[in-house]
Amino acid sequence: MKVSETWLREWVNPEIDAAEIGSQLTMAGVELDGIEPVAADFSNVVVAEILSAEKHPGADKLRICQVNCGQDEPVQIVCGAPNARAGLKAPLAMIGAVLGASDGSSFKIKKSKLRGELSFGMLCSASELGLAESADGLLEIAADAPVGQDIREYMMLNDVILELDATPNRADCLSIAGIAREVGVLTQTQVTAPEIATVEVVSDEQFGIEIQATDDCQRYAGRIIRNVNVKAETPLWMVERLRRADIRSLGPVVDVTNYVMIEQGQPMHGFDFDKLSGGIVVRKAAEGEPLTLLDGREVALNENTLVIADQEKAVALAGIMGGLDTSVTDDTQNIFLESAYFVPEKIMGKSRNYGLHTDSSHRFERGVSPDLQAKALERATQLILEICGGEVAAVNDVVSNPALLDRSAIILQSSDIVRHLGITVDAERVTDILQRLGCEVEVASESWSVTPPVFRFDISREVDLIEEVARVYGYDKIPSRLRPMEPRIARKLETEVNEDILRQLLVAKGYREAVTYSFVPSEIELMLNPAQEQIRLANPISEELAIMRSTLWSGLIPALVKNLNRQQSRVRLFEMGLNFVKTDSGIKQRKQLAGVITGTRNTEHWDTKAENVDFFDIKGDVEKLLAEATETTFHFAAVAHPALHPGQSAQIIDGDNVVGWVGALHPRLEKSLGLSQTVFLFELDMDRVSKKSLSAYKKLSRFPSIRRDLALIVDQSVTASAISRVLENAGVEALTSHSVFDVYEGPGVEAGQKSLALGLIFQDFSRTLEDADINAHVDSIVQLLEKQTGGVLRQ
Amino acid sequence: MKQLLELMDQAHQELSAAASLAALDEVRVRYMGKKGILTDQLKQLGQLPAEQRREAGQEINKAKQALAAALEARKESMQEEALNERLQAERVDVTLPGRAAETGSLHPITLTIKRIEAIFAQLGFDVVEGPEIEDDFHNFTALNVPEHHPARAMHDTFYFDDGLLLRTHTSSVQIHTMEDNEPPYRVIAPGRVYRCDSDVTHSPMFHQVEGLMVDKDVTFSDLKGVLDAFFKAFFEVDELPVRFRASYFPFTEPSAETDIQCVLCEGEGCKVCSHTGWLEVMGCGMVHPEVLKHTGVDPEKYTGFAFGFGVERLAMLRYGIDDLRILFDNDTRFLQQFS
Repeated sequence: MKVSETWLREWVNPEIDAAEIGSQLTMAGVELDGIEPVAADFSNVVVAEILSAEKHPGADKLRICQVNCGQDEPVQIVCGAPNARAGLKAPLAMIGAVLGASDGSSFKIKKSKLRGELSFGMLCSASELGLAESADGLLEIAADAPVGQDIREYMMLNDVILELDATPNRADCLSIAGIAREVGVLTQTQVTAPEIATVEVVSDEQFGIEIQATDDCQRYAGRIIRNVNVKAETPLWMVERLRRADIRSLGPVVDVTNYVMIEQGQPMHGFDFDKLSGGIVVRKAAEGEPLTLLDGREVALNENTLVIADQEKAVALAGIMGGLDTSVTDDTQNIFLESAYFVPEKIMGKSRNYGLHTDSSHRFERGVSPDLQAKALERATQLILEICGGEVAAVNDVVSNPALLDRSAIILQSSDIVRHLGITVDAERVTDILQRLGCEVEVASESWSVTPPVFRFDISREVDLIEEVARVYGYDKIPSRLRPMEPRIARKLETEVNEDILRQLLVAKGYREAVTYSFVPSEIELMLNPAQEQIRLANPISEELAIMRSTLWSGLIPALVKNLNRQQSRVRLFEMGLNFVKTDSGIKQRKQLAGVITGTRNTEHWDTKAENVDFFDIKGDVEKLLAEATETTFHFAAVAHPALHPGQSAQIIDGDNVVGWVGALHPRLEKSLGLSQTVFLFELDMDRVSKKSLSAYKKLSRFPSIRRDLALIVDQSVTASAISRVLENAGVEALTSHSVFDVYEGPGVEAGQKSLALGLIFQDFSRTLEDADINAHVDSIVQLLEKQTGGVLRQ
Repeated sequence: MKQLLELMDQAHQELSAAASLAALDEVRVRYMGKKGILTDQLKQLGQLPAEQRREAGQEINKAKQALAAALEARKESMQEEALNERLQAERVDVTLPGRAAETGSLHPITLTIKRIEAIFAQLGFDVVEGPEIEDDFHNFTALNVPEHHPARAMHDTFYFDDGLLLRTHTSSVQIHTMEDNEPPYRVIAPGRVYRCDSDVTHSPMFHQVEGLMVDKDVTFSDLKGVLDAFFKAFFEVDELPVRFRASYFPFTEPSAETDIQCVLCEGEGCKVCSHTGWLEVMGCGMVHPEVLKHTGVDPEKYTGFAFGFGVERLAMLRYGIDDLRILFDNDTRFLQQFS
């Protein structure tokens, strides 16, 4: 809300400047967004009257004006404004005046010659005085303006606007009255409201008011004013104050209701009385009921919308906007003024349903004081009478909730202030704060019985009062204390895999951590996980960010592609984060660790052959990660995945659980993504790699180990893991480890077969193994291998 | 004896002439081997008259020792020479790059979160996590934000058709923590949050860290203490002015916005702080009694504070990043700056 300093000072006038007022409000919760002067910084500009305006002999668009600026003789001004005409009053920058330009520079008015004619000053537009962003002619000043008066004085331009931002709970700060009260509380200054003179009621005429929707509208006050001159001009002071609150002058009745809204906080509405039929009904709309709004929009109402209606039709969206058909026009003679109270919770969100947000709805949603309606009506009547004249009828004030103004007392304990704030606040100061805030306070020993004012919708419990005390007293006066801590040692389980170690392992392998959006385009999900039902946002920013990722690859692959397009040919990225999968039992959100790599195995090096990464590079990285989770034995099984190359795709399994996947991106996807190099990927379910066993010491054998190598010819389909299984289950205790150290296919080995070189390590705890022992072990192993894998020793 | 002297002369000449360790060994064998010349001489001592034997034996042994010493010396010098040659041959340009693989990097958001976690760990805060797809209760209702409340308009929420939503803040983790555990609580919850807002200074996904401390007699004063200490530690500034402004959040009361003095201009006023000298970095307050009640914590017995802040803002301030979007662009040229 924009608040004029001079207007505010009429209400409360502390001995501090505007900046300090703003800063105190900011610290107490009403944030100052900025202070702007209401006009540019200029001087020596006066009210002047154009006596005559003749065409310039040498320029079509210029006029030579004789201007009365309150001196003995008129001065000659050459002016290009289209509205420069005899009889007009406008601001005149005299010789020596300094005007500011919009770019912050300033220029001085000098005697000048325009196309051969002398000009002794400059007639000004609103924008030239910094009163408006733009203008298309001279600023037209009221005919009764005193010629020669300094324009700053005449228009009250020695003022600044405080732009204040009240939090949603502080509806009471959406008016001059409310801000003044707040300033009064903070600076402990007396607040004086302008006197509202009760006008003379000359008629008993009443327009019927019926509140049907009593839950939504609990008070509706109205009055008829007849014979109003709606063509009267709104006085400059009011136009200026409205302008400073960012409201355009639209005619005296609307101006007055707006003025009262800014001053008192009560949104009001003026109807053309002659267009209303029969009486006011406050009710819910009928489904589809039509209403043309003031802004010309036609809406079909829905049935949960509160409307103001007459006997025939809806005439206004309650608390939001009036209707066009019943609005005040130039032809209006008689008006009906509305001043109502709508229950905030009932009106909340309604304006948004119609795509509207108005000054009125903004206030009603947050809470307009239920004790304000009659007062605001009186204030508006007074102002309308002053400007437009008229005959005032009695107020019809209908209250549908008799307990509307009842508030319960809250007990505030001084011990609770200490308990929440950590400080004691002087009891008298507490009482003073609460009273200035408008509370009724009964002081007891160590406690207060506090009845909050009706305009504070946000005070209903003790902690609300504690907050009030704290913010007015000043958060800065509450000392900062580093709370002593119960000594404790955080329990870090050694058997839990540390995520940061996994991250660091990948970093050590040259991966860079990416952070990609959790929502991705539908197409990428369809490519990578076609069978998965997609989780779609109801209101995505765009189709590119519409589907929750079921795999981290959906973000990583596009990130990799983007990098390749930026001339990076070697890319390694990883990400840790949730994936989102729809299952029969709801949405599963599980933390994943995923990576993508492409390009050369090593960065370019003077002594290393440049080779591209292959399946076993990424598998090695994955094995390194899995090695952290020592409690689990992982198996790699050749299982197809829609996103992966069918011959280079492994599912990582732990018992019945799928831990993750590793493989090469399917060549078909490579093509659709426009990739010209092979990409390898992995993804692990973090929950399945989270446990490690505590290392347990095993005695070392004192006896030497002996290695035997075997060359085994097997069918190509026999996997390394099948061989391992045979060896692990061979029952040879002395076989302590084994490895595949070579795989060979080619000349010397029959087509369809391969030769595996196995290294077997034997060791015993009690003695040195003899050749005969080892030969026996090897024989039994060879037999088992032959039986279970069909493998035979290579001759 | 003359014969022995001549022999030794000859031996020493051969020794000097030996050009390799092998040649040197040949000299040794020729004179001192089992069938060597000096060995022969010793064997022949028996043929001498008994009175000459002793003296002659001593002479031969002396000669033999001298030759052995000379051989050893020569051998050592030759080995030394050979080593020097090898060292010369094996010389490399040590300034050429090594064969180690390129090291990757953590994302600046992770670096920032880890730093935040480490600081709060010293104050006894544990790290907890929560779901990102949330229900209305945990994201709003339990946090004292009823439906249609204007505060909900402050959050532009992403919804799903079934009424679920993407959490708009990590404050929802507060609720999970209090639901699942008994007080006292001392936790921080870092994570992704989502708002339906995208422009130069807003990303539809960003990161927050939520903090919660609930215990008997936790006060606003304690809240100020913890945050004061945090900001000083995070920015490594001993005297960093921190101010608390009254504000409003439905889930805390009293509520505050926390500003720190601009760390770039030290309060002088610059573009980053919009010439105010202050940076708004955090929202905080005392946990609202309704929120405690929603999770079954007795507000008569316990009080506490909560705070929440954006990680990107701190990361950008700390690393001098002036473009929010680049954090989610995953350009390796950007990422590698955090190696």
